Amino acid sequence: MQTTAIRSRPVYPGLAIAPCARRHIFALEGEGAGALLDIAGELTPEVQRRSQILYVARGSLGVGHHGALQNLGPAFWAAPTVPPLLGRLDVELARSHMGTRLYLAGTEGFIGQAMQVAAAHGIDPASVLTEHRGSLARRVQCVHCKGVTEAVTTSPFTCGHCGLSLFVRDHYSRRLGAFQGVNIDAEEPGTVPPPEELYL
Amino acid sequence: MDTAYSATHRPETFREETFRGDFSYANSPENIRHFPFPFHEDQYRYSVNIEPHVPGRPGSAFEHLIDVDEHYVAEMADRAQVLAEDPLRYQALPHMMLAQWDTLELLMEEQARAYPHLFTLERNGDRWRWINRPLGIDDSFTFGDPSTLPREPLDYICRQTQGDIALMDQRDGNLWLDAGMITAQADWSLDFDVGMNFHEWHAPVPLAPQMGVFDRALKYLLNLQLGKPVRRLNWTMTINPRLDTSPENYPKWGPDRTTVTPDNVGQKVHLRVELQSLWRLPRSNGMLFVIRSYMMRMDEVVTVPKWGRRLPRVLETLPQELAEYKGLSRYRQTTIDWLKRHDDGAPTSPGIFPD
Amino acid sequence: MMGDLQMRVTALHDEAAGVRRVRLEPVEGGPLPAFSGGAHVVVAMQDGAVIRRNPYSLCCDPEDRTGYEIAVARAAASRGGSAYIHERLGIGEVLTVGAPTNLFQPDWRAKKHILVAGGIGITPFVAMMAQFARAGLAFELHYAVRSRAAAAFAGVLQDRYGPRVKIYAADEGARLPLAALVENQPLGTHLYTCGPERLMEAVLDTARAAGWPDQALHSEHFMAPPPGDPFTVTLAGSGREVAVGPDQSLLEALEAAGLSPRYLCRGGVCGECATKVVELRGTILHGDHFLTPEERAESRTIMICMSRFSGDRLVLDL
Repeated sequence: MQTTAIRSRPVYPGLAIAPCARRHIFALEGEGAGALLDIAGELTPEVQRRSQILYVARGSLGVGHHGALQNLGPAFWAAPTVPPLLGRLDVELARSHMGTRLYLAGTEGFIGQAMQVAAAHGIDPASVLTEHRGSLARRVQCVHCKGVTEAVTTSPFTCGHCGLSLFVRDHYSRRLGAFQGVNIDAEEPGTVPPPEELYL
Repeated sequence: MDTAYSATHRPETFREETFRGDFSYANSPENIRHFPFPFHEDQYRYSVNIEPHVPGRPGSAFEHLIDVDEHYVAEMADRAQVLAEDPLRYQALPHMMLAQWDTLELLMEEQARAYPHLFTLERNGDRWRWINRPLGIDDSFTFGDPSTLPREPLDYICRQTQGDIALMDQRDGNLWLDAGMITAQADWSLDFDVGMNFHEWHAPVPLAPQMGVFDRALKYLLNLQLGKPVRRLNWTMTINPRLDTSPENYPKWGPDRTTVTPDNVGQKVHLRVELQSLWRLPRSNGMLFVIRSYMMRMDEVVTVPKWGRRLPRVLETLPQELAEYKGLSRYRQTTIDWLKRHDDGAPTSPGIFPD
Repeated sequence: MMGDLQMRVTALHDEAAGVRRVRLEPVEGGPLPAFSGGAHVVVAMQDGAVIRRNPYSLCCDPEDRTGYEIAVARAAASRGGSAYIHERLGIGEVLTVGAPTNLFQPDWRAKKHILVAGGIGITPFVAMMAQFARAGLAFELHYAVRSRAAAAFAGVLQDRYGPRVKIYAADEGARLPLAALVENQPLGTHLYTCGPERLMEAVLDTARAAGWPDQALHSEHFMAPPPGDPFTVTLAGSGREVAVGPDQSLLEALEAAGLSPRYLCRGGVCGECATKVVELRGTILHGDHFLTPEERAESRTIMICMSRFSGDRLVLDL
């Protein structure tokens, strides 16, 4: 389970149905499906009627949740990978109005990227319901070349873009949906400590 | 080497110097006493040290609310170079345009008021004319219409103001860092931090969160009033007079920290002080945060005997965690040893100003 | 540098039945600071032996640097401020005016601003709309009034902003179409309301029931300090006792006794006047909107602008 080390780490309070919402849009990644399935009891027929579920299985430990999610309501769409899901989310939000509430569940990187789409439509991040499920692997932005490396599980690691060895800080940018990576051997090049698995 | 103390700070000439490469930066003897030495007493003690930002001691960095000194032209040239190499050092989220105009007005007014021999601001309704003699600028524009300026307002005025600038939006009981020009930072990234709120962007600072310092600071700032700016001092050290000690360029300046020897401390090790001021902005109700950096190498610091005695005493009592956070670990002891040669153990007067 | 300003009354207009607009210009001349829509100023008026200090929203264009304007409704149960302004204030009189403070500012990120005003609640929106119009930001005003004759600013707002202004006069049978208002608004719309408590509650309840999140909803309460039974406080520093009258707030009583406690909004929302309770034998009657329920229960702090006391002994850290 993720622990909050410093205060730029976001807190993901968990999904709960916003009772008055005119429309509910769920964007779920991998084990994030479980976050919605766990509160299936809150999905009354009325809520289901007003719901749209977008799901991508990537990141799941083997088991797809398509069947179970499809049972939750008529409006279900499965994306093959994250980028098409984000594109579809963008389209759904473009035709949504105030009274629409957004629910995000999955890895931290997924939540961050979906949140960027939401913020561009004027949705206040504090109004989005979020739950972390799945790997604690991080999206990390290299502060030097600005390239983002996905699914980082060790610190230090090698930037997938410029090749520098980066220390993974707990400092998180919601705007970028990524943690900060800083060159670990800047002062004495070549003195990179062995990578440590930091999250599971 | 004690020089006559000028009654009012009025830079007439500007140094040609560099903050990279050959590092020709230095302070003129007359400018040394202008430096905001940050330590009131002979030991390190954390304090919020916030006070009203009102005109202070003549000749000091506190005399004018926006300080322009002999490094103005060279600093602006370095800034332009940083921005050319990395445009992400300037960011302004779309909703901050009103705050940009607030800031342009404030910085033009303050600089023209404090240094009428350098800057002139003429206003006829919304037709403004701004003359910046040191940089050879004479621009007429319509206040409120970005298309009448060569760059957007914040970009335009920050390229003519010493100090890093951050603009905050106030909403949801918090402050949000939503615009800025940051080219002379002590190791933080605007591109990474832009869009963060007060707690988020202070998250990496050690010790303070546990003390609830930032909760109290935020409450205080949320009630900051128009016309009543505040200021505080922050400090660190830099090897070579490099303004751009950004995380982005850490591979370039990081190795400098390993080049300090007992013989070169005087020239290489610099005390770097930020005079920070916070201002409520009128039209946007946002907040302007000016981070004005001053650098002085150890050679220059010790020309003021009180400072030469006090600095090693403070460095000795700095907690290890803070020394690491400020990046001093590698050369702290070497610097203390060099400075001790200038500390005869005599008592020092309280307060920051030279005797 | 702006401390309090001496400002002279240069005009008095009766805007609509019971609403008087006061124009103030700086005694020392020079441009006034611009301000943000939604800002208020605290105006100090010498009314005989009493100094009245009341907050009023600025209802003028922030870019008019030659003067500030406020509009004051004649209050049926006035504590004295509105009666003074309507009956005794004259042109040429000099008042002390604090710097503009804003506790009801626009959310500049909004894709659209919907303003819902009732009665005198129109005042902060007059300034906001001037800013929105100048900046080209989308907005709508929905203004509920008893009758058009009693609708302060209605004519000038309709002239200036055309179809963006909609007026609902109760005596014509028109009501705010709240349910319709909150439907089909683009994502990123923000809703602001100011007026009688019941109207604001109805607006906010309707929006929440339609699924609007709290981050998109903004309200300003014009709250006057509540009256109550008289009581006495003791000042820890000097041991002095200060009596608080039934129509006087604790803050006003302390000021009348010669102290200058910190304050900003004088309406219980900003927290600036929070004062430490040193000793308490009795009950603090919390009248503010700032302390948390836990803080109220602990009663270690009192908001002196709005709260009162009932009991044997209250000692404050003053």
